[in-house]
Amino acid sequence: MAGRLTSLRVAPLHPVAWWAWAILLAAAAARITNPICLGLILAIAGWVVVSRRPQSTWARSYSTLLRLGALVVVIRVVIQALFGQRIPGHTLFTIPSIALPSWMAGVTVGGPVTADALVGAACQGLRLAAILGCVGAANALVSPFRLLRCVPAGLYEVAVAVTVAVSFTPQVISSLGQVRDARRLRGRAISGLAGVRGLAVPVLEGALERSLALAASMDSRGFGRRAVSVTRQRVASATTLAGLLGLAVGAYGVLDSGAPPALGLPIVGTGALLVIAGLITTSVGGRTRYRPDRWSGREWCTVLVSAAALAAVVVVGRHDAASLAMPVYPLSFPAVPPLAVVGLLLAALPSIVAPRPIDTAVR
Amino acid sequence: MILFENMSVTYPDQDHPALDGVELKIGEGELALVIGPTGAGKTTLLRSVNGLVPHFSGGRLTGRVLVEGRSTSDHRPRDLADVVGFVGQDPDATFVADIVEDELAYSMENLGLSAPTMRRRVEDVLDILNLHALRQRAIMSLSGGQRQRVAIGAVLTAAPRLLVLDEPTSSLDPISAEEVLAALSRLVHDQGVTIVVAEHRLERIVHAADVIVHVPGAPGGVRSGTPAEMLAISSVAPPIVRLARVARWDPIPLSVRDARRLAPGLLRRLPASPNSGRRPSPTKGPVVASVRRLAARYGRLLALDDITLDLAAGEVTAVMGRNGAGKSTLLRHLVGLRSPQQGTVTVAQRKPSALRPAEAARLVGLVPQDPASMLSADSVAVECTDADHDASLAPGSTRAALERLMPGLRDDMHPRDLSEGQRLALALAIVLAPAPPLILLDEPTRGLDYIAKARLTTMLRNLAHDGHSVVLATHDVELVADAADRVVVLADGEIITDGPTREVVCHSPGLASQVARILAPAPWLTVAEVESALTAPRSEP
Repeated sequence: MAGRLTSLRVAPLHPVAWWAWAILLAAAAARITNPICLGLILAIAGWVVVSRRPQSTWARSYSTLLRLGALVVVIRVVIQALFGQRIPGHTLFTIPSIALPSWMAGVTVGGPVTADALVGAACQGLRLAAILGCVGAANALVSPFRLLRCVPAGLYEVAVAVTVAVSFTPQVISSLGQVRDARRLRGRAISGLAGVRGLAVPVLEGALERSLALAASMDSRGFGRRAVSVTRQRVASATTLAGLLGLAVGAYGVLDSGAPPALGLPIVGTGALLVIAGLITTSVGGRTRYRPDRWSGREWCTVLVSAAALAAVVVVGRHDAASLAMPVYPLSFPAVPPLAVVGLLLAALPSIVAPRPIDTAVR
Repeated sequence: MILFENMSVTYPDQDHPALDGVELKIGEGELALVIGPTGAGKTTLLRSVNGLVPHFSGGRLTGRVLVEGRSTSDHRPRDLADVVGFVGQDPDATFVADIVEDELAYSMENLGLSAPTMRRRVEDVLDILNLHALRQRAIMSLSGGQRQRVAIGAVLTAAPRLLVLDEPTSSLDPISAEEVLAALSRLVHDQGVTIVVAEHRLERIVHAADVIVHVPGAPGGVRSGTPAEMLAISSVAPPIVRLARVARWDPIPLSVRDARRLAPGLLRRLPASPNSGRRPSPTKGPVVASVRRLAARYGRLLALDDITLDLAAGEVTAVMGRNGAGKSTLLRHLVGLRSPQQGTVTVAQRKPSALRPAEAARLVGLVPQDPASMLSADSVAVECTDADHDASLAPGSTRAALERLMPGLRDDMHPRDLSEGQRLALALAIVLAPAPPLILLDEPTRGLDYIAKARLTTMLRNLAHDGHSVVLATHDVELVADAADRVVVLADGEIITDGPTREVVCHSPGLASQVARILAPAPWLTVAEVESALTAPRSEP
């Protein structure tokens, strides 16, 4: 099937573009508790997934993450009802309260549960669910293998280890199933400590044998053959890792409006410089890439629309922060901030811009 | 091309060398077939060609191995990647990427080849191995034969002059094996690649070999020569060679085509049909298990469709069919690992899926495809006492069953150190000890040599004789010809044929045993039949 389509095939969207799109959208969600805007984000992510996800095992993980999101909302609401701060408002029901010793002041258990408190908690849960939805979308749109292929040369060894782990998980699960079946065939109970030992030993032995076979195969296929000098590689790996750490911490600073400003842009800048330095150190010699993913107009477009959505949300937050939040006390209908809505709608554009996925799982 | 000079290998913690004093030369462009009993050192010989032995395995290698003039003592496997392509026993454990095309490119990326070269070679290999339509597919969605071809392609892209394969068709059905072997012979004939391949099922490949390397398992005994020479002395031989020995054909024919030219002479010496005295057509016992209108699906895939089947005591039934035809699913229903979504499965009037494990084990036993998955103890003795305990049997029952199947297995052996055949016997003993009336075996001949297979055949016949009903799911037509009374053929989850072995096997081109192909249309199935007919005095009226 796929073979006949090759002449018409357009390269799939760069994995990094999908992840950047999802992370920017998630960053926008992180600044919102307004259920209308959050619902919009979930809808956009869902729509893009439905229209552009490939037919693969990974794509099926999306629904799992959505279910996880729903669970988060429920847990958040239950915790609020049991232990949350008592917010005045429309009392729905009262849970008998437990008197706590004085050293636990500030923690309350039970008491009157108000609709206002529950709605507020649900909206906070929804924010987390929306972030999970964005991450799940990226996971469904790009297989982890493709993302790992984009890892810079300095982190190549790390990427190989992660790739192997990712591909081993389903195999270990299937061999676990095999061993469980075999134990039933022996007429043996599967529970208890002895049961665990009986399961673990054959599964681990099988996994170990497989890893040895994989290592032998990788060695026979020239893995590690053209490595640059070991020290140089280590320095490069350390630099790149430190840079990535900087980027992560910096991103936290940028995204969390409460963080000190020194934690934001300066750290991001330093991190970026370190990463680039690490890349330059290892780019000489070594491996080559087969058909590397290209970064073209579609990728720019995908990232930019998502960045625009984030920008719109940030701007609205500066001028009219209340419109992005769920008004709880007093409880009222949430606002519909036009700029934020238009900005977020832009982020749905990849469902048209991105090329259709290639079918990889037809039998 | 390859030169072994007085090569010996001793693994760590072993007293005896695995291979000793090997002198061997394999020339350019040859297809060398490595044969010998299990555990004789075939894998060691293959792995020493690209330096996996000793660089990867540890141990001591004395003497020299030269490949294209490079010695493996100072070249690691990765330094030989552009000269030797090595494909291991289990292709699934060797994949690094998830998409076919990326997997093919992996070794070239390691070699640092330029992008245009990589594009060209990937296209070439896709064509040579007929993988073009699968280039964007996820490897895990491919069939066994397709995966094996991807594993071969993944080393071919490095353009090695030499390809080493360890049992490339052992888990494949006859048609998929044919695909893989056809690809190999294209490589030898059109590309001039030298191939070294180890294989147990000689009948599949012996006609294509230029040289045979015989690894007998005795010190100093590795020899090579023309196929006819080597097969005349080999301890393992495919049916065609054993037939030639029985019929005193000289030189030994290696292809069915050559043998068919000699067949008329042999047929004149044989009665019109096999003496039915060899295998008394079984006095069918009572029905042990019955399957009624069984259907099963995995997601949208229909695995079994409207299966109705009765299994009788004293009968060996072979279930055959392509990979994925539903054989394993049928066995899993019979043993109660799956409960029927539609239809019924009963063994001795009870539903196996509804029973507790210990009860079910007294009714029906299954030896899974990988017998090692049943074994978790660290010695044969502990394995046996555990099994007695699990099935609440009298102490010593499992050990006694094992002794009947394979006498003289040492108590202190670790199950991992047993040969494939011994491990199978141990798993079979565990299943057999509670004396279930129905015994199932899933693909039992994987990794077994002819000697172990002959022993398995005897075991199975004895079980049937003792009144068990035995079911084999297998691709191995020779085992079926030797051991089965009845053959059930599945295709896409449906029974398409169900009948006595002789009828089914003689009338199907895909399932015919080698003897059946040679002597067709006369209804002979096995060498043993021919032999007993030749030696028995003609007693015609």
